[in-house]
Amino acid sequence: MKKTETKSTVKNRNTGLRRRDFFKILGGGIIVFFSPWDALELMEMPAEQARSLPKDFNAFVHIAEDGTVTCYTGKIEMGQGIITSLPVMAADELDVPLEKVKLVLGDTALCPFDQGTYGSLTTRSFGPAMRAALAEAKGVLMELASEKLKVPASQLVAEKGVIYVSGNKAKRVTYGELTRGKRIEKFLEVKPPVKDYTKFIYVGKSYKKVDSVEKVKGEAKFTGDLKLPGMLFARILRPPSHGATLKSADTSAAEKIEGVKVVRDDGLIAVVSENKDKVDEAIVKIKAEYEFNELPVNDRNLFEWILKAQTSSSVSNTAGDIELGRKQSEHVFETEFHDVYLAHAPIETHTALAQFEGEKLTVWASTQQPFPLQDSLANELKMPRDNVRVIVPYVGGAFGAKNAYQQAIEAARLAKLTGKPVMVVWTREEEFFYDTFHSSAVVKVNSGIDREGRITFWDYHVWMAGTRGAETVYDVPNRKTTSYSRARNAPPVHPFATGPWRAPNNNTNTFARECQIDIMAAKAGMDPLEFRLKNLKDQKMIDCLKAVADKFGYTPSKFPSGRGIGIACGIDAGTWQATMAEIKVDRTTGKITVLRLACAQDMGLCVNPQGALLQMEGCLTMGLGYALTEEVLFEGGNIKTLNFDTYEIPRFSWVPKLECVILDRKDQPPQGGGEPAIIAVGAAIANALFDATGARIYRVPLTPTRVLEALKKA
Amino acid sequence: MEKTIQFTLNGKKTSVTIDPGQNLLWVLRNHFGLTGTKFGCGIGFCGACTILIDNEAVRSCQLPVSEVEGKNVLTIEGLAVDGKLHPLQQAFVDNEALQCGFCTPGMIMNALALLKRNSNPTRQQIIEAMDDNLCRCGAHVRIIKAIEDASVKMRGGK
Repeated sequence: MKKTETKSTVKNRNTGLRRRDFFKILGGGIIVFFSPWDALELMEMPAEQARSLPKDFNAFVHIAEDGTVTCYTGKIEMGQGIITSLPVMAADELDVPLEKVKLVLGDTALCPFDQGTYGSLTTRSFGPAMRAALAEAKGVLMELASEKLKVPASQLVAEKGVIYVSGNKAKRVTYGELTRGKRIEKFLEVKPPVKDYTKFIYVGKSYKKVDSVEKVKGEAKFTGDLKLPGMLFARILRPPSHGATLKSADTSAAEKIEGVKVVRDDGLIAVVSENKDKVDEAIVKIKAEYEFNELPVNDRNLFEWILKAQTSSSVSNTAGDIELGRKQSEHVFETEFHDVYLAHAPIETHTALAQFEGEKLTVWASTQQPFPLQDSLANELKMPRDNVRVIVPYVGGAFGAKNAYQQAIEAARLAKLTGKPVMVVWTREEEFFYDTFHSSAVVKVNSGIDREGRITFWDYHVWMAGTRGAETVYDVPNRKTTSYSRARNAPPVHPFATGPWRAPNNNTNTFARECQIDIMAAKAGMDPLEFRLKNLKDQKMIDCLKAVADKFGYTPSKFPSGRGIGIACGIDAGTWQATMAEIKVDRTTGKITVLRLACAQDMGLCVNPQGALLQMEGCLTMGLGYALTEEVLFEGGNIKTLNFDTYEIPRFSWVPKLECVILDRKDQPPQGGGEPAIIAVGAAIANALFDATGARIYRVPLTPTRVLEALKKA
Repeated sequence: MEKTIQFTLNGKKTSVTIDPGQNLLWVLRNHFGLTGTKFGCGIGFCGACTILIDNEAVRSCQLPVSEVEGKNVLTIEGLAVDGKLHPLQQAFVDNEALQCGFCTPGMIMNALALLKRNSNPTRQQIIEAMDDNLCRCGAHVRIIKAIEDASVKMRGGK
């Protein structure tokens, strides 16, 4: 066995497979290990998060003796298409045929540590780390080929899994031949140079989803589709409200149902049975009493409540002098915008299957966070992390919801208590009740324009939404952003859990900013596109606006024009985008119908334009929901919108003509694609409403009732 | 009280001895191992559990298994013949009319019922027929296109 390099200082995280076990399972070949730190540094993670991350090495890529390249990633596939796009990047970096690349996803025993699949980070952060590992692997292959062919590496060329001597294609060796009988480990600490994008063969072309066929056949396995011998289904007793504490529970009636067992353990009361119907029948037979201690907040007094909360503030994005800007203003604007709680509502509810084999626990879960879940399971069940394995099958949509994984902890606890494999499939009501909602928020924007329609100052205040997407974007000399969040040790603000939604909180900030821009454009007597272009220096945004206007066939007009066209733009996950909407408004019912939505985005190098297009279309379509109907209704901790009858998500009849443009930016690093196109849908539609009718709504969703009220005031 | 229920499942005569009140969705998934039919909401709002009973789209999540006595049940697993995709399945693949794929079986079954009763639907008829099947990923425009394409293929067009 040849070793090119080993570092004795390297400590394994002792998760999953130990290094030496890799070869036992995989046979010979070349394995490149990497430290996740390189990748994480790119992510600008909060300091406390970065500190808690373990330092470890784990395998990243394996080149087998038959030339097959296997990439291991802790990322998961939830519909966003990395299962299609990551092999494309790998094939190009390593110069192997695309069909030779295999992917192992979301298995803590096989894959290197990963912090989770969220934030549109896979392509822009994991991608470079993976490419670096592959560049290293290729370096090893070139070295081996040089020895074998007795030619200096500088005279060798790699192409489709074959290395040959430049100018003499007959003198060649395949990757498989090079790795045969070898066991080579490489550790990656310094990133080697990655390939120039101009040399890419695969990247930048369009690829269809590789998982489509098994999904249309119904053969693709999601967590709930798994079955183990003796497996029990479980239902867990749930409180009627987040403010409720269990006082007592009478489970006698449930226990009488044949084949049902009641399990009680430290606040957890569950019914289990091999028969799914029986647990559904049994759970409602439990008579429980609760004490209620609700926060005095509901969907009606929510915004006053938020503004009264004990907060701490942080200031960012400061330049110039707000007061000076105010003095220079011809018109000053003070506007308050509101955003509501939103549910993620993936069609697959949170699901998990847990099984103990002796001391070893395996959990299959629909989660975006296999490794954090592994840690939590080890903590909750007081087990060594080594004994916990998390595997993530296909995930049936997540949108941020499945960063939370309570269902998997529940399944594992019940598997331990019953000694049998346990499947937990949340009901739709549980899914809505325990969802980590998109946070409700308040934004106050004070701004001004001068006589020429230039923005003089921008004083931006945001409560509970944070600053993602709160960049001013426009060229404003005097500006300041103040973000207010719950003060340390202050009473809770939200009566339930909140967490990242698709493009978390960027929707809130983009809605406020882009509505305010239109309000100023109207006062300035300018077309909203021209007003934006006049106040922009950011070339990427100018390009996006021009591209979307071009696609839309937009012509400037007096404003409001009566045409029902709205514009909005913003930046998310490193991607710049501009959106246009055309709507019609039924003045009798207040119903908005969206006729067209167009979006142009600059996402840097686009790895798989077809996949990116699907994500853009998905974002625009999903965006219709938060713009038009989606709103969690609640009274204290009691959620009233618990299924799709009361929480309305977009339907076929809502979907307009969609037009997407991806700007050609091959010379720029790839950026996020799963979220950016959703951020401006709300503002574009609200601005279109103003353009159509002169009515302005300062919050989402733009329900018929709110439209009718606004029409009265207009 | 258990009862033997006889019916045709994906073209084959079958029977199951079971509590007749059992939910069809879970009988299909757990007893027959046909997990292509999904649980989404449990009360017929989302359509992830859609199957065909005697050529009509039915939400299986609220139907007692006794209802299929003597009937012809078709699930997503019964569509491909000898590994060859049904034209609707192929059209979903060709148009990339899915993302996470969880709602997909229900979408395809609901679309199949539509095409069985109306082989040449207008776009508006497709939208109306599909409107109660929910997709959260936002594949709607492509699903409509896939159904239009499949309708042409199934009528013998190209």
